[in-house]
Amino acid sequence: MNANIYRHEFRFRLKSVIIWSLALTFLIVFFFSMFPVFADQAALMNEFLARYPQELRAAFGMDNMDLSTVLGFYSFIFMFVQLCLAIQASNYGFGLVSIEESELTADFLLSKPVSRAQVLTSKLLAALTSLTITNLVVWVSSFAAILLFREGREYDMPTLLLLMLSIVIFQLFFLSVGLVISLLVKRVRSVTPYALGLGFGMYVLSAFSGVFGEVALELVTPFKHLDAPYIVKHVAYNTPLVLLNVAVTIIALAVSYWLYTRRDIPAVS
Amino acid sequence: MSVIEVTNLTKYYGKSRGIVDVSFKEEEGEIFGFIGPNGAGKSTTIRLLLSLIHPTSGSAKVFGKDVVTHGPEIRRDIGYLPSEVFYYEGMKVIDLLKYSASFYGKDCTERLHELSEYMELELNRRISDLSYGNKKKVGIVQGLLHSPKLLFLDEPTAGLDPLMQRKFFDLIRKENDRGVTVFFSSHILGEVQRLCTRVGIIREGKIAEISDIRTLQQNNYKKVNVTAAGLNPATFDLPGVTNVQTENGTLHFFFKGDINAVLQKISAIQVADVTIEEPTLEEIFMHYYE
Repeated sequence: MNANIYRHEFRFRLKSVIIWSLALTFLIVFFFSMFPVFADQAALMNEFLARYPQELRAAFGMDNMDLSTVLGFYSFIFMFVQLCLAIQASNYGFGLVSIEESELTADFLLSKPVSRAQVLTSKLLAALTSLTITNLVVWVSSFAAILLFREGREYDMPTLLLLMLSIVIFQLFFLSVGLVISLLVKRVRSVTPYALGLGFGMYVLSAFSGVFGEVALELVTPFKHLDAPYIVKHVAYNTPLVLLNVAVTIIALAVSYWLYTRRDIPAVS
Repeated sequence: MSVIEVTNLTKYYGKSRGIVDVSFKEEEGEIFGFIGPNGAGKSTTIRLLLSLIHPTSGSAKVFGKDVVTHGPEIRRDIGYLPSEVFYYEGMKVIDLLKYSASFYGKDCTERLHELSEYMELELNRRISDLSYGNKKKVGIVQGLLHSPKLLFLDEPTAGLDPLMQRKFFDLIRKENDRGVTVFFSSHILGEVQRLCTRVGIIREGKIAEISDIRTLQQNNYKKVNVTAAGLNPATFDLPGVTNVQTENGTLHFFFKGDINAVLQKISAIQVADVTIEEPTLEEIFMHYYE
């Protein structure tokens, strides 16, 4: 690991981290501020929801969540938080080495006396630091929102912690999968479409899997591996799926190192 | 000891050719010119030596160490000025240079300011606001500030005005006097002729010739111009005569071989003017590309 690259990379992403963090804080606090209304009119709400077709409720993961409880309501918001985190982490993953290549600064960096592995490690750690800052902001704003708007309703702290702890696993998945895809394709010209594709794609897969109840799709998407309603309902992770998620992350990272140390840096053409 | 030792180096990008079976050596303290047209493989060779890309086959050593396995160690003493310079657009010149210096584990501040002053580079401007020529200056300072032992210059003068080019050449000469080895790639022959002691000519990925710049000029074609009334090109129908052209009563041709043969022919006729010159590198060079 090279401290200079780490610092440079971290600074490079700082603005983006601040924007994402603010957006997520706003999302969490704003949505959760509606909780008291939902909770007060729980009966009405559930009746209202029951009118929607089962498939639609399943697509939004609302078939096994109770919006009148603190955690039930929070897990509903948490899916949108996950979507944002997925896009952010994919964005950092896809851009990690490809931005240097598309903006042609890779020549500058890689002609310095550092090994490819050092470059990649420093970049990964810097991105992870950025993601962790966002992660912490989600923790703080979630706790704050719950404290502010729960209006005396009880909730189970261990369950909430389980949800919060799942974020880092979730982020690492998208970071490393984004990275490995960016190294597998010849050239990433623009990062955003890829990141949106991966983030939204996985989310949509998870929604479909809710509709069709298909098992195969669960295996692919982290939105199912770390499904908030499941965690709330069982007060535990779906262990095999989480292990699968971690395995994919580790393989993606290993393959990334293998590919990057052997990569031909494209020249100006 | 050779600073650069390239042995049968080959690089294919998929199916398209980069370089094929390139071998050469560069000794310490030399300025080696690497000439060839665009797409001949000059940049490919430099990028292989910097391990920005990996060889398909063959090997290359810099400072006696293999470039694939000892890359970081080797690059500690290398300065590189790419043909097209690209830097982090949002950064200030000074921050970029400091970032660059930070990799070498020594204090380069003094050298940084010295070089920037010499190249008339404004340190507080943003990279994105710089013109191409100014970016090139950043490249020059960036490539030299850690006092490297080996310099790779890939078409370095493009974008610099003539005044800056001269300053740049002086700078390179000064570095060379301090013992720095220079690998100078270019397609502009004049500058190679001015600076280099030895040249390698690369064409379609293969080395066409490596020689001393003097030998290249001497053992080569002579350019003969003869002006005379009623001149018949057939007069000089000798082995070794090529490229015969008549223009306003003057006969131009290239000759390789015993110059006495031509002199005898000339003395047999009444001439108005005769010149026999060494060809410019440009003309030699064109010959390799025919």
